Amino acid sequence: MAEKIKIAQYWGAGCGGCDVALLDIDAKILDVHAIADVVFWPIGFDGKLHEIESMPDKSITVSFYNGAIRNSENEHIAKVLRQKSVIMIAFGSCACYGGTPGLANVTNRQEVFETVYKKTPSTDNPEGVFPQPHVKVKEGELELPEFYDTVKTLDEVVDVDYFMPGCPPTVNLIAMAVDAVVAHVTKGAPLPPKGTVIASDKTLCDECKRERVEKGRRIEKIYQAYEIKPDPKKCLLDQGIICLGPATRAGCGAMCPNAQMPCRGCMGPTKAVTDQGASMLSAVSSLLNITDSESKLSEEQIMELMMQVKDPLGTFYAFSLPKSPLKRTVTERRKKKG
Amino acid sequence: MSSEAAHKSDVGAGHAEAGEWEPKILVFCCNWCSYAGADLAGVSRLQMPPYFRVIRVMCSARVDPEFVMRAFQKGADGVLVAGCHPADCHYIGGNYRTRRRMALMKMLIQQFGFDPDRLRLEWISAGEGEKFQKTIIEFTNTVKELGPSPIKGGA
Repeated sequence: MAEKIKIAQYWGAGCGGCDVALLDIDAKILDVHAIADVVFWPIGFDGKLHEIESMPDKSITVSFYNGAIRNSENEHIAKVLRQKSVIMIAFGSCACYGGTPGLANVTNRQEVFETVYKKTPSTDNPEGVFPQPHVKVKEGELELPEFYDTVKTLDEVVDVDYFMPGCPPTVNLIAMAVDAVVAHVTKGAPLPPKGTVIASDKTLCDECKRERVEKGRRIEKIYQAYEIKPDPKKCLLDQGIICLGPATRAGCGAMCPNAQMPCRGCMGPTKAVTDQGASMLSAVSSLLNITDSESKLSEEQIMELMMQVKDPLGTFYAFSLPKSPLKRTVTERRKKKG
Repeated sequence: MSSEAAHKSDVGAGHAEAGEWEPKILVFCCNWCSYAGADLAGVSRLQMPPYFRVIRVMCSARVDPEFVMRAFQKGADGVLVAGCHPADCHYIGGNYRTRRRMALMKMLIQQFGFDPDRLRLEWISAGEGEKFQKTIIEFTNTVKELGPSPIKGGA
């Protein structure tokens, strides 16, 4: 066949799981190998950024970018890869929605530095040295990427063609993407429309095999996953365990609920909504039991009932905080009296 | 319902010509009770500060938490959700869902860094024009005391 296409894979603020996930497709990796050369993949081999920078624009066919945008280096490489690539794929929850690193948006650079470089018991930093973007030493000036206050998603800094959520994206979804690219390159098959999320459009509950109560679903009490041993066949939400299934996109095959763990929402919001957290908050609130004595309950009693949900932000936005409408926490300037 | 000031300034601007800051308050009223209550307040010519805009929804339970998040994202200084009194909901139990959601929303917006008093839930029936007026006055004062939304200007 003709000359091989070029692909690149990069990690921003991620854990490396997505890099490994690409190898989980087993023998299909040979299909990739048959048509493509990997030109850049820091976790896999020693490619240099300046080599990519010197390539002509659009000479890479597909770039898989995993991880969120945490610092100026992440952003720079995202921009370089965007310029050099025909197709830019946000690979994994962090690139798509901010993911776990995105939860740092409840704090800021100063607080992160204080914790990491000062407060942790294992830190020995008597002079209180914090990383600086530029520092002069006698040999010259050293440079470090600038650490941002706010974690961003990939599509906040560059134009993204496709989104592949998941922590990491599951084998079936990667295979789907690989097949589409292979068919496009070898047979000229059309690619999906730009902006497509490579997963299902339905909610996770649609894929989940657990039996749920169809009518009059009510839960009495909310449990943390470790507090009870759930019935292995019944819906976890019906048993009082907060499972983000109703607010989460399907496509992963409901792996976590199948393994007796509630969904934490790594596939992000469904097609119909933008705020995954708000949509789960709504679902949980509607499920808590409403009895005949409801009209006599005081607002305080309702508050007490809802306080069973510990840490709503961390629970409902575990993977999607930077993609939510508010993106990060804010600080009230004026405190009210009392 | 809407004031002249509402038309001339965008959400996010927040400064009147006189230089005094005017809060922007979004009010969701359910069709069956609270909107009628607001209407009654209007036709009774009850005086209220003009810093609020009303969005009519069929039921207070139609107020998706995402609406509230979007309101705060776009710079609302306060959000008021008004519905039928407990046991009076046109759809039997919509308001019970609303108050569960709003209780949780208060916890959530607090985690996001907002003062929870920027979100208020109130039961206002079709006959309670005066309660609508009183609620608006109180809530406007609360929001004025809190100052502009922290989303304007960032953390």
